[in-house]
Parts: sequence; structure tokens; C-alpha cells
Amino acid sequence: MKKTLLSLLAMAAMSATALAADIKPALVYGTGGKFDKSFNEAAFNGAEKFKAETGIEFRDFEPTGDTQGEQAIRNFASKGYNPVVAVSFAWTSAIEKVAAEFPDTKFVLVDSVVDKPNVRSVVYAEHEGSYLVGVIAGMASKTGKVGFIGGMDIPLIRKFECGYEQGARAANPKIEVFQNMTGTTGAAWNDPVRGGELTKNQIDQGADVIYAAAGATGLGVLQTAADNGKLSIGVDSNQNHLHPGSVLTSMVKRVDLAVYNAYMDAKNDKFTPGLQALGVKEDGVGWALDDNNKSLITPEMQAAVDKAKADIISGAVKVHDYMSDNSCPK
Amino acid sequence: MSTASVSLPNWITYGLMPLLNLTLAFVISGLVVWLIGENPFEAVKLLLIGALGRGEGIGFTLFYATNFIFTGLSVAVAIHAGLFNIGSEGQAYLGGLGAALVALALDNYLPWYATMPFAILGAAAAGAAWAFIPAWLQAKRGSHIVITTIMFNFIGAALMVYLLVNVLIVPGKMAPETRTFLEGGQLPKLDWLMELFGLKLGAAPFNFSFIIALVMCVVVWFLIWRTKFGYEMRTLGISPSAASYAGIPYARTVIITMLISGGLAGMMALNPVMGASARLQVEFVGGAGFVGIAVSLMGRNHPLGIVLAALLFGILYQGGGELSFDMPNITRDMIVVIQGLVILFAGALEFMFRPALVRIYQNFVKA
Repeated sequence: MKKTLLSLLAMAAMSATALAADIKPALVYGTGGKFDKSFNEAAFNGAEKFKAETGIEFRDFEPTGDTQGEQAIRNFASKGYNPVVAVSFAWTSAIEKVAAEFPDTKFVLVDSVVDKPNVRSVVYAEHEGSYLVGVIAGMASKTGKVGFIGGMDIPLIRKFECGYEQGARAANPKIEVFQNMTGTTGAAWNDPVRGGELTKNQIDQGADVIYAAAGATGLGVLQTAADNGKLSIGVDSNQNHLHPGSVLTSMVKRVDLAVYNAYMDAKNDKFTPGLQALGVKEDGVGWALDDNNKSLITPEMQAAVDKAKADIISGAVKVHDYMSDNSCPK
Repeated sequence: MSTASVSLPNWITYGLMPLLNLTLAFVISGLVVWLIGENPFEAVKLLLIGALGRGEGIGFTLFYATNFIFTGLSVAVAIHAGLFNIGSEGQAYLGGLGAALVALALDNYLPWYATMPFAILGAAAAGAAWAFIPAWLQAKRGSHIVITTIMFNFIGAALMVYLLVNVLIVPGKMAPETRTFLEGGQLPKLDWLMELFGLKLGAAPFNFSFIIALVMCVVVWFLIWRTKFGYEMRTLGISPSAASYAGIPYARTVIITMLISGGLAGMMALNPVMGASARLQVEFVGGAGFVGIAVSLMGRNHPLGIVLAALLFGILYQGGGELSFDMPNITRDMIVVIQGLVILFAGALEFMFRPALVRIYQNFVKA
């Protein structure tokens, strides 16, 4: 009896070490770069958390262009890295190709969908999270005018804008929403100066809450709003700490969880392919409340946003997804 | 005594000088690599193995080089007429639209070799059209071509994003791109060419547009040095007043030169759009238009030099990517530093060693 128990234990220990040794995680960022204080950095933080907890090292790569991204994903797969996580929709076709070439490697794609037996696709309901911060913005605005500043003009960013507008309108039906996109090229993700100028412009038109969904460009938006004594809303990572007292809240998109879960599941041999749609309900998106913005959120706002959250979860409120039909209801 | 007027033998101007410049660029890059705590020799080894070590690496190197040959030729043609076309980037971007529209229209009905001529024409026509307005403004209104072509890069980017996000996008898909072209709208891979040398192409997107690029090199050489129009271009480039005294029409020469330059830039789109990804994507040019300026300068605006310079930049691109992959300490920004040093020494400071070389050469000849 004792012997069997011991051997069982030994087997368990062996299989555990075998599994732990098996996993060689890799991470490929979007072209915005690793330390954007937003999307890619969230992915990096998820991987770092995994490393801190398990002691397992990961490799990462910052591609400069589409061809290089595919090469990096293939390189990781061919060198035995597993699972390979690629964040950004830009790697959709790359994952599609490489996953077919390496059927034994597990792939995770964030922000887009590939239907393959060895691919997990993680997408977020950004419109729901944006709706929540829109509700807060609509209530916080004293002028009845709020602003939105997007990065590059692509459907994904319009999805943020559309959810935000719906939320603001739910809080205040007469609200006016200004929106600007920073640009039409990838540089729009990394242009804080232009972000600041657009913010100034919206403030001049009367906006007093401005939501930035623009990667590193958003840093300029937050800065300008703080300089002018207005409120701003951060995106992807919790950016409340950047300008305490001025950043009203942040629309948090838990890219870190997608990365962390992928590695953990692979390590524990629980990896499942298929689609994971993370919305408000799954805590994949949400709004950030911490010591830095506690004083800005009134009990009424808190109650309204909690109700909006419950309504989205129960299905009483359906936030329109811009990308479902490429249009936003007015 | 000034050394600028002394003529040196070709092997020094075209062989030794670029080699010295390149060596210096790599020595300084090596110092930077050493400063951040990596072994420079190991780095060079990784870079060269990544670019030339395997069939797949060579395929990628040649793929990048194809882009740079097109844009390099585009810049060179304009420079011969004294025009500095900084708009190759935008012209190539619009060229992608021309190629993609042809591919989308014909891929269902025709095999690739029948689609290809139309796609070449479409890409060249779209690129040329994008160069036309700056050319016309330069020729008739005297607006400086450098300024207008730069501005047209931005207008081109805005137009393309508008089209891809609103018009050409596949409904319901996340990425702003067209549908994937069927086989009839794709250019075939050149794996047979690689196999002649016993190499495996693997996943590299090295494709038929490389051959189109080489044909264009011959065409450009013939145009510039063997035709009447090429003579007019070069005359205009060396001395606009002498050209006008000789009866060479300024406006016509400027406009036609820019149309050719824009057309060559537009053809670059064949390589990534129809050869590699088989769809039109946002920002597929990825800076190749600007690299073309460096390639043209390094290649002394001669097709042969351009091919060599394009190969060098292909090696830097592909090898650089592999290097930063294998040495995580060397970030992608480091690779840009290395490329920048090569451009600085081989392009901007190309004549730095010339006075010294002239002195050595003269002493050598006297003795």
C-alpha cells in the first residue's frame, strides 16, 4: 500500500516535472512595440506574471512589419517553442498558415479568430467595456460634451468609439460626442503630440471628458487633459496612475490574462483550442477603480455603471458592436 | 589643391570606396553591439547566417531586395533628371491598389501569366498617376518636387486606408484588407530557381516579381543611356539652363520622367501584394520607398549598383530580423541603428575617404 502510494507520488512528481519542462512559451507582439504602456505591455505583463509564479522563462519578439511577424511565429514554432502566443489582429493570416505547418504546436491569437484545431482565439468585447466608461463619462461631463480620440482609423477602433458613444448617450441622451482619429498609418499609434493637439481642439469645443483609444498616442491625450484641468479615460492597461485626479478611469482589456492563461493552461495540460470571447461578463473587459480615481467616481456613477454592467451581463442592455455590420446607430 | 576634380580609376570609385564605407559602418555598429554587452563577431555571424545561411533565409533576403530594386530604380530615374522623388513610398502604396484591383477582377478567369501583364500595367499606371500631380506642379507651377511628393505620401496613405477600411474590406473581418486572391491573381514562387542551386525555399515569399525587377533594371539602363529621352533627362539633370538652351522641353521631360519613376515605384507592389500575401493590406510598403533613396544613392544611380545595394539592404533586413530574434538584447531599434549607420556612411558620407584616397593614389602613381 505504502509502496503504491509512493510510486504514485513519484509518478505524479515525474509527470509534473516532465510537463513543466515541456513548455517553452513564446510571445510575438503587435507592431506597436513592447513598452507602449497599453496593449502590448499588457501582454508582456501577463507573461512576466507567469514567469514570476512558475520560474519558467519565455521568449518574446517585436516584429517591425507583417512579413517579419510571420517569420517570427514560424521561427518560434520550428525551434520547439510551445505555446506560441501572438497578440494583434495583424497576425491572423500568419497564424493561419503557420498553425497548419505545425499541427503539434499550440497557438494563441489575441484580437482575431482562426479556426484550427491547435489554435485558441481570444477576442474581447471592447464595445461593452467602452460602454461602461461611456456611462461614467456621460455622468461626469458638466458641459454635456465628451470626446473620443482613436489611434489608426480601423474598424476595431471604431468599435471602441461606438460603444463609448452608446454608453454616454445612455447616461445623458442629449450628450454631444466629438470624435477624432489620430491618423491613417501605423504612426498614429505613437504620436502623443498630435494626440495632445486633438485633445486641445476638443477641449476648445467644450468637451470635458476625453477617452483615448490610441496606444502610446493616448499618453499625449491624458497629459493634455491633465494640463487643462479636464478629465480623461485611459485604455487597455489601467492608466489611472499616470495623472491621478485627472484620469477618470481606464477601459481595461485583460490581454495579460489571455497570455497568462494560455501559458498556465499549457503548463497544466489544460490547453483548449477554439474561440474565447471575453466580455464584461467574463471580466475580459471592464473599468478600473483604484486609489488614484476614487475621489472622481461619485456614488451615483458607481451605481449607474454597476447597473449597466449587470444589464449587459443579464442581456437587458445590448451594446451594438460596430464590427457586426460596420455601422454605429445614432 | 582641391581633390574633387581629380579622377580616380573605376575600381576605386565603385569598388574600394563603397567597401571602405561599409567596413567603417560595420566597425561602428560592432562597437555599439559591444557597448550593449554582446559579442559583435557573434552578431555578424548570426546576421549573415540568418540572411544567407539557408535557402529560406536567402529567399527572404531576395524578397526584400526585390522591393528595394524597384524603389531604388524609381528614385534613380528621377535623380538623373535632377528630380528628388521622395514619394516612392506613396507611389508604391497606390501601385498596390492598381495591382490588387486587376487581381481581384481577373483571378477568377485567368491563369497567373495572363493576369500578370495587366497587373504590371495596373500597378505602374496607379503609381505613375500618383506621381503625375507633383510632377505637373513642379513643371508648370514650380512647386518643389521634394515637398509635394512628401505630402503625397500622406495623402496616399489616407486614401488607401479609407479604401481598405470602407470599400475593399471583407465585411465582418477585423483586418482592413482585401479578400485573398485566387491562384490566378498570385505570382508564383521561384522555388525552381532556388532548386537549381540545391536550395530549399521553404516559407520564403521569393517570387516571380524578382525577375520583373531584373528586367526593369535592363529597361532602365537602356532608357537612361541608350535613348534620346534618356539623354534629354540627363542633360536636364546636369544643367537645366543648358537643357533649355538646347531646346529640351522642361515641362514634358519632368512630367514623363516622374511618370516613369512613379510607375517603377508602383510595380514594387507586385512583390508583396501579389507575390507574398496575395491580398492588399494596410501599410504593405513598410518603408521600402524610403530605403529606395538610400539604395539608389549607394548604387550610384546605376541599375547594377542598385541591384547590389538592394541585396545589401535585403541582407540587413532579413539578417537583422534573425539577429534580433536570436539575440534578444539586440532590439529592433538596434537593427535600425545599424541600417542607419550603413546609410550614413555609404550614402550621405560616400565621399568622405575620397580626398585621402586621391592623395594616396597620386603618390602611388608618381612613384
